[in-house]
Amino acid sequence: MTWETVIGLETHVELATATKIFCSCTTQFGGAPNTHCCPVCTGMPGALPVLNEKVLEYAVKASLALGCTVTQNCRFDRKNYFYPDLPKAYQISQLYLPIGRDGKVSFPLPDGGRKTIGIHELHMEEDAGKLVHDPWQDQTQCDYNRCGVPLIEIVTEPDFRSGEEVVAYLEKLRETLQYLGVSDCKMQEGSLRCDVNLSVRPAGSDELGTRTEMKNLNSFKAITRAVQYEAQRQIERIQEGKRVVQETRRWDENKDATYPMRSKENAQDYRYFPEPDLPPIQIGDDDLARLRAQMPEMAEAKRERYQAQYGLSAYDAGMMTSEKALADYFEECVALGAEPKTACNWIMTQVLRKLKELGQEPGRMAFTPDRLCRLLALVEEGSLNRNTAVAVLDAVFEDNGDVDEYVRAHGLSQVRDTGLIEAVVAQVLADNPQSVADLRGGKEKAFGFLVGQCMKALKGQGEPKLVNETLRRKLEEL
Amino acid sequence: MELLDLTALQLGEAIRRGETTIPAATQAALDRVAAENPQNNAYITVLGQQAMERAERLQAALTPDSPPLYGVPMGLKDNLCTRDIPTTCASKILGGFTPPYSATAAERLEEAGAVLLGKLNMDEFAMGSTSETSCFGPVKNPRDLERVPGGSSGGAAAAVAAGMGWYALGSDTGGSIRQPASYCGVTGMKPTYGAVSRYGLIAYASSLDQIGPLARDARDCAAILDQIAGADRHDATSVAGPYGNVLASLDGDLRGVRVGLPQECFGQGLDEAVERAVRAFAKALEARGATVEEFSLPIMDYAVPTYYILACAEASSNLARFDGVKYGWRAEGYEDLTDLYNKTRTQGFGWEAKRRILLGTFVLSSGYFDAYYKKALQVKAVIAAAYRAAFERFDLLLTPVAPTAAPRLGESLSDPLKMYLSDIYTVPVNLAGLPGVSVPCGADEAGLPIGAQLIGPAMGDAMVLKAADAYQREVRA
Repeated sequence: MTWETVIGLETHVELATATKIFCSCTTQFGGAPNTHCCPVCTGMPGALPVLNEKVLEYAVKASLALGCTVTQNCRFDRKNYFYPDLPKAYQISQLYLPIGRDGKVSFPLPDGGRKTIGIHELHMEEDAGKLVHDPWQDQTQCDYNRCGVPLIEIVTEPDFRSGEEVVAYLEKLRETLQYLGVSDCKMQEGSLRCDVNLSVRPAGSDELGTRTEMKNLNSFKAITRAVQYEAQRQIERIQEGKRVVQETRRWDENKDATYPMRSKENAQDYRYFPEPDLPPIQIGDDDLARLRAQMPEMAEAKRERYQAQYGLSAYDAGMMTSEKALADYFEECVALGAEPKTACNWIMTQVLRKLKELGQEPGRMAFTPDRLCRLLALVEEGSLNRNTAVAVLDAVFEDNGDVDEYVRAHGLSQVRDTGLIEAVVAQVLADNPQSVADLRGGKEKAFGFLVGQCMKALKGQGEPKLVNETLRRKLEEL
Repeated sequence: MELLDLTALQLGEAIRRGETTIPAATQAALDRVAAENPQNNAYITVLGQQAMERAERLQAALTPDSPPLYGVPMGLKDNLCTRDIPTTCASKILGGFTPPYSATAAERLEEAGAVLLGKLNMDEFAMGSTSETSCFGPVKNPRDLERVPGGSSGGAAAAVAAGMGWYALGSDTGGSIRQPASYCGVTGMKPTYGAVSRYGLIAYASSLDQIGPLARDARDCAAILDQIAGADRHDATSVAGPYGNVLASLDGDLRGVRVGLPQECFGQGLDEAVERAVRAFAKALEARGATVEEFSLPIMDYAVPTYYILACAEASSNLARFDGVKYGWRAEGYEDLTDLYNKTRTQGFGWEAKRRILLGTFVLSSGYFDAYYKKALQVKAVIAAAYRAAFERFDLLLTPVAPTAAPRLGESLSDPLKMYLSDIYTVPVNLAGLPGVSVPCGADEAGLPIGAQLIGPAMGDAMVLKAADAYQREVRA
């Protein structure tokens, strides 16, 4: 029998707001334990939540980008459970009226095809804190810095059939949210976390099998392997005549296997009810229209446009759109008059090389598009040769130094004075009769030697094309 | 001049005129506390030296333009957070808790020059109608030490009645300001929901809780409301409202004011003396120019069950944070996390709190949510609509505050259902989010105080205080 794997995802994404969802504490990652806290996010008695409007804005933008219907009259609910990382003993979330519903996302697959999956809902909620177990003292310590960091949870329909589809969707999701500027989606910092609901069924069946939920999937690689493992585990159980237990399982990266965490069959009753401390939210038609108008051009659209409009290759267009900050950089260079392919080449080779060297992200780059454009213009007009230009970029990149000033200060401009070049060429020919004779005798190598002698006399700054041309002309004239 | 007989506004004026000093007033109140508190147990925490030091500082900064309540000593119910001062909710489970911040209402009074005398006893987590469920022992009614002061703001009402401070802030979720005010013979007001920021009020039932004043008369209440009301960026449910100038609007003139008497409030279970006193109150309003008319408000009968479902549901969630992990008291000898939770909460909460947590957990549980919580929310909306309709005909409603005067200590605890039913006149006001004031209006045969309740439309806080003040002018005249 062939089996089909059926997968649905619940993805938690941390929103990139400066402050938390219900108080004004910073959302910065890291920080000494319990230093990004206040009475509100630590659930002190009497403290009350007040919604950060930015969170609502980001959640609406994400809903729109994922094709969801925005719930214009929505509200928050309390999800009640006891755990030390949840200081109020309830999480403010959305159950009854999530901000986004019934979305659709289409994305390319590695085999060249496309896939469209349904978004069941998107809702806003607050993150919990972190528990750190100290084995030496046999103590568990609570760090509430993460409490109240805004999250959106995106729940898909069970529309995936493989780990590859899941990863392709997540890449599209990450790209979309990064382009919106609503999240940095860093899996390693936990700002994108994914739970995978998986069941198996005989191929062709319409019924869903019993599903398990997998947690602790910290990378795309982990997701792919966990899906493979878990599907195989369930198939084997069924083939052995056993039944799949509905439960939450934890992926163990080191052991390459999933292990049961808790059974869903005696599931917790979260006793959801409307959050009385926060008034219902109303999103007016005007606000919705305004946010819709702010939606940026997404990566896939840019990739297509770069190929059609600028003639970039698919690979180059993909590189330029790999991050929104890089695409913005590229587009600004083009807007400043740079030839698109040239700008693209320089960005891919030199700019990305420097960023890697400095360990910087494109969004934090000091080197501005106008500086790069100036450099490209100097190369174009022949004032700088390419190698010198690379050296200039190396020198000014980190501090965004002035290109012209640097070239002037270091005397790097190419010699394009035809009179000077002619004089030098004449002198070199006069000084090297043997090489001229060799050249005449068919030794092409001798030409290179003569060029080298000219460049040496010009201190390396002769414009190569001009030197070449002059030398050929003078040789013919001899 | 007997300082303790003055109203808060009179004392403020005497201070500004230099007829007395803030330290003198503070000392007089502290002396009274020292004499009476061992009997009536109104205060949990008394700030003796701290209050005197503040009084000295305020006196030094006094100007003729200082605000009306500048330098007037007062107390706060112990569910209002006060920075660096223990805040207990009269519960063992908050033992050792000192808030790092102050409630907005407390802060606004501090800015207006209040001298805080201490923190006032109450029913544990404001759950109760008698102030007997406190882990610090019951509060006793200063009018009769055999009687309860009412609850849950019993310490606040007792303190104001006994001259242990000129006014107090309490909280009212189902009558917790108005009913003890009535039992102790002081004026107590529950403002419109949202009029006063709840930031720093340790929540019992968030959608019903409201902070308000207990004082010597309606004018004092108005002056306090002017100080504490208005929008607060820390409370999303707070509203700007027409506040800040309520005191100035109290002119004693009730001409053209239409007062409705719901028949359902004058039927079975109402003590005769209470009915007589409230009807006499209506006559006094008429004397000031109001018209009084009876009408029917049958939906009131659903208020008590609706209230207990909603309040307990919210309480079960609000009180879940008291788990022994972060602050307050933690049980000893636990074996693991679940055991820590179980032991701390079992030993840390009193019976009434536990009863309401269990009730609330039940009505929110899967399978029961629709039948109880959801239904109660629907009934709440119907009740609110019925009151809105009533306020199309009337400017104010007049009812008793409680069916009887103060019961004896211990009488109510043995029969919680009876205690819950005695909230019949006060809880609908919270469900509808309306302002209500409890005004002393005579005494029963035993000389125990009786209170009348004036209810206004949403944001009609000035109207209820104006009528209460008109009554007090009328009976003084």
